[in-house]
Amino acid sequence: MAVSEVQVEAAVEEFAERAPLPLVVLDLIRRQPLGTAGAFIVIIMILMAASAEFIAPYDPIVNDFANMLLAPGAEFWMGTDEFGRDILSRLIYGARTALFVGFSCAFIGATAGLVLGVASAYFGGTFDLIFQRVMDVFMAFPLIILALAVVSILGPGIQNVIIAITIPFIPNCARVVRSSALAIREIPYIDAARALGFSHARIILRHMVPNVMAPYLIMITAFVGQAILLEASLSYLGLGVQEPTPAWGLMLSGGAEEYAESAPWIAIIPGIAISLSVFGFNLFGDALRDALDPKLRSQ
Amino acid sequence: MYQYIVKRLLLVVPTLFGAAVLVFLLMHLIPGDICELRMAGEGGYFDPQAIDDCRAEIGIDRPMYVQFFDWIWGIIRFDFGTSMWTGQPILYEMGLRFELSLQLAIMTTVISVLIAIPLGTISAIKQDTWIDYVVRSFSIAGIAIPSFWLGIMIILGILVITQAWFGIPWMPPIKYVPIWVDPGYNLSMLIWPAVATGYRYSAVATRMTRSALLEVLREDYIRTARAKGLLEKVIINRHALKNSMLPVVTVIGIEFAFLMGGLVVTEQVFNLNGLGKLFVESVINKDYTLTQALVMLVVTIFVLMNFVVDLFYGWLDPRIRYA
Repeated sequence: MAVSEVQVEAAVEEFAERAPLPLVVLDLIRRQPLGTAGAFIVIIMILMAASAEFIAPYDPIVNDFANMLLAPGAEFWMGTDEFGRDILSRLIYGARTALFVGFSCAFIGATAGLVLGVASAYFGGTFDLIFQRVMDVFMAFPLIILALAVVSILGPGIQNVIIAITIPFIPNCARVVRSSALAIREIPYIDAARALGFSHARIILRHMVPNVMAPYLIMITAFVGQAILLEASLSYLGLGVQEPTPAWGLMLSGGAEEYAESAPWIAIIPGIAISLSVFGFNLFGDALRDALDPKLRSQ
Repeated sequence: MYQYIVKRLLLVVPTLFGAAVLVFLLMHLIPGDICELRMAGEGGYFDPQAIDDCRAEIGIDRPMYVQFFDWIWGIIRFDFGTSMWTGQPILYEMGLRFELSLQLAIMTTVISVLIAIPLGTISAIKQDTWIDYVVRSFSIAGIAIPSFWLGIMIILGILVITQAWFGIPWMPPIKYVPIWVDPGYNLSMLIWPAVATGYRYSAVATRMTRSALLEVLREDYIRTARAKGLLEKVIINRHALKNSMLPVVTVIGIEFAFLMGGLVVTEQVFNLNGLGKLFVESVINKDYTLTQALVMLVVTIFVLMNFVVDLFYGWLDPRIRYA
């Protein structure tokens, strides 16, 4: 108890002495320039997705055949596609699709992996062995192949895409979390919890899971970027998000290739959006890993 | 070494068997069955007789375990059945496209190595300088840029540049000709997708080269080499690089395994008739027997390639095989 009080006091002091926000940000930029750049991109993207209704100049879905294939200009900043839809508006709404798919897949996949990985480490023995072999089997499937196999059964559509991308994430996260959890299982407080007669579920969820949060968070940020890229690939192939939903991968299929020469902006702009967002999440994830992983920090 | 091979092999067989079970279950635990799913997609009404015929034709009216062992027995004999979509034997469909995918995977790997090792080395030698930052950003960008978009951009670039220089737009050829028949024609077709994907795959290898080299450069024997006055070039090339290549070789091997089936999207962009395109077509056409066989083929290549990489690793580094 005494320890936690000391910690609380330290936290309060730290809070009281905390530098004003601009200084904190400046310090962060100096220490983690790439990570801050990543966080900046991620924040912009989230703001874009959250306020799509207010900032998008046009409806992203309604066709406007009077304004087909217009080059970027004063009226349509990023031009229009072959259905006369404003590309900027589709891009803004597309951020919403990308983030929705990205975060859903990353969160569900990493969380399921977290619980399974910790449980596997906690129970050990035969359960762990079988679980490991099952994970091996899943890991033998290249990500996009497993996702495509799932889509072939469930069919396209945004929900099915989320399921298809989430499934390969689970064993990835479970494996990483399991190795961290194995070390935690050996710490005496787990024995203490068991001696107190706590249920397995309680020990796993209350005592072990909070201690493997670092790899979990690292996996989540890594997954978001991957999921955005995978969703874009599936949508590009026509097996992901379906028209007329605005999605970046979808914007690259069809008209983008057909009119590549006469209206290159249709193909160029969504690709930049995908690249930038994945770039942002990767930079942010790398910085987070440096900050959370003590092994790397000491180097 | 012999013991090590056997130990590794004992891991490969159950993984492949597990993968076969998983693929089989995926295709059989769908609501309804593949015949219903296939026909229901074509409209509201379908003839019950047609469904029964379809079931009998692909043999899914038999008990599950019979189907499973029949399938496994087929795989062992390289008999994957016939495609539901083209009606041709699946092995024939694969054979048509295998060569292209293999060549593309090899070219992509070569390009990614040619990018990764020099860049990773420079980045490690010049650690924390602007050169290092540029190289690292370049490689992080490689992971972020979708290779299919890079492909579209490359095609667009070729069109625009040839238009400007020669007055007529030039497009890479579409029909595949083996490299020993017409090397120029073949390369002018495959170099572009290889560059688009090679850049992406070089990213991981670049980072691996950098971090492995950084680790090795801190070893005592490198200090010794410097102390005895060796040229920095000799130290890097002869002493450091050689010892840091182990993890890099692993990464490249695994990437190559992935490329054999993972070029799904790239082949679509460049309209190459390879295994990846066949895979997408089989999914779009709801050709379940073909999808099943292709997934199994990719997984088998992937697992076997990993096995080879493991052996290679064990051969290079005796510490691993005795661990």
